[in-house]
Amino acid sequence: MTQASFDARAARTRCQRYRRRILDISQRVSALHIGGAFSCTEIVDGIYNELMRKPGLSSPDTFLMSKGHGCMIQYVVLEELGVLTRADLDAYCTPHGRLGVHPDYGNPGIEASTGSLGHGLSMVVGMALAERGKRRDGMIYTVLSDGETQEGSTWEAVLMASSLKLTNIVAFIDNNDFQSLGRTSETHPSLYPLAAKFDAFGWETAEIDGHDSAAIHRAVSARKGDRPLMVVARTTKGKGVSYMENAPIWHYRAPSKDEYAQAIRELETQA
Amino acid sequence: MRNTFSETLYQEATANPDVYIVVADISPAGSMGKFSSEYPERFINVGVAEQTMIGIAAGLALKGCQPFAYTIATFSLYRPFEMIRDDLCYQNLPVTVVGMGAGVIYSTLGGTHHTQEDIAVASALPNMQVLAPCDPLECVEATRWCARQKNGPVYLRIGKAGEPVLTAQAEPWQFGKLRYLRRGSDICILTYGVITAMATEIADRLAAQGRSVSLVSAHTLKPLDRDGIAAALQQHRHVVVIEEHAPQGGLASQVKQIAWDVRATCRLDTFTLQDAFIHNYGSTNDLLAAHGLSPGRILATIG
Repeated sequence: MTQASFDARAARTRCQRYRRRILDISQRVSALHIGGAFSCTEIVDGIYNELMRKPGLSSPDTFLMSKGHGCMIQYVVLEELGVLTRADLDAYCTPHGRLGVHPDYGNPGIEASTGSLGHGLSMVVGMALAERGKRRDGMIYTVLSDGETQEGSTWEAVLMASSLKLTNIVAFIDNNDFQSLGRTSETHPSLYPLAAKFDAFGWETAEIDGHDSAAIHRAVSARKGDRPLMVVARTTKGKGVSYMENAPIWHYRAPSKDEYAQAIRELETQA
Repeated sequence: MRNTFSETLYQEATANPDVYIVVADISPAGSMGKFSSEYPERFINVGVAEQTMIGIAAGLALKGCQPFAYTIATFSLYRPFEMIRDDLCYQNLPVTVVGMGAGVIYSTLGGTHHTQEDIAVASALPNMQVLAPCDPLECVEATRWCARQKNGPVYLRIGKAGEPVLTAQAEPWQFGKLRYLRRGSDICILTYGVITAMATEIADRLAAQGRSVSLVSAHTLKPLDRDGIAAALQQHRHVVVIEEHAPQGGLASQVKQIAWDVRATCRLDTFTLQDAFIHNYGSTNDLLAAHGLSPGRILATIG
């Protein structure tokens, strides 16, 4: 898709629909990470609906959700793509279902089990090596959390991806600046500027507004492509619902009935 | 054994373009150099970074490859343990984690380079299979099996260099089955790995005393051949376990469990490393002896 034909309105409509679906699920099961799913909604939407070729089970490209706790957005996108069923999502976190709070390898559309942070990028490197070794042109997409960049294992993988010149990796950091004990920029100020770290490790980098779908598409389509790409996306935790935004309690909490109603009203207003 | 592993893996990689090896800055001994020069895209050196070694191997396997992750045992199993658990075992991927120089082979490098608990640690993981060949020939069989299996992850515990051939006349190697290196009717010695050379010496000395001795390589620690062990307990008057491993979670403790389960009536003696770190230096045999593992001590107990 060219930039001229990028349909920002369609992306916005999809993302509103995804957020609404997640809120609906939150009224049945309270075990979900809404804040971290809403912060990377536009990123995951962009990967599946704008960047991957033939998104779904026959895609030559791969998406691995390294920040596994954000996988609710992946589930609702896969549902809309027909990879997961409505029944799958309705049975989320129930004894008769197969989807849990973190993605499990073996479920349709789930390329790896994550949830423990710091594992995804190494598996992405292995996948990218396999694509190159098998002379295939598959791209490997992934989304990391900013807290995940505190894992030493992430930096082992960062070092290897560029050292191996894996140009078929496109990674995003959902830089929502929050983790369990506070703002990442306050607990780990030395982590910033973040993009410069990846640049120093030999990655191509871009910094964007992670809720700007056109910018997400532009950052990837305009890349030089001679190195792995890291897109540091500034995002807002709980994006789209005023009382959830930048409120750590919404890392892992489901809204009450009244809170749900307010959230739906706000999303409809944004549409 | 290290060179045998390398040569066998090179042969398997020649036959199968999906065989990869991910190493963590380990000496390119034997055919490893040949592997890296002839198949550079399938030889990945991550450097001193064992967590990504396992993760990369998992990613390769997720795309249909048959990877090996290879370095000194303590670094291949202990350092990246959670990656082995989550990436390999939870996802049940056919990745072989090779623990080279396991046990106390690195006898002058100190406790940081000893692997006294690896069988217990690896065996505790669901889906994990555990192999420990006793000599270079068994190492060929085990490596070949690992390169061709699709069951799931394997921890392959191997020695380093200079291990004697012990199995030239033995019955065929079979995954998951005890392997009799010799058969007798009086005493049965169950063992595995590099210390099998010491067990062979003990068997020879017992035979010289006129005893009828079975010597068994329990090369597959998981899944353990419970039926085979039960049969050994029932068919011999005296069963002896010799292992280069901590007393808990290895072969000895499992044989005791099986003996209880089958109401075995034979005499059972187990000889293991102690539940203690080793602060001695010297040869491998010096370190084993520091924990009571020497032919003289073992023979004295066997009587």
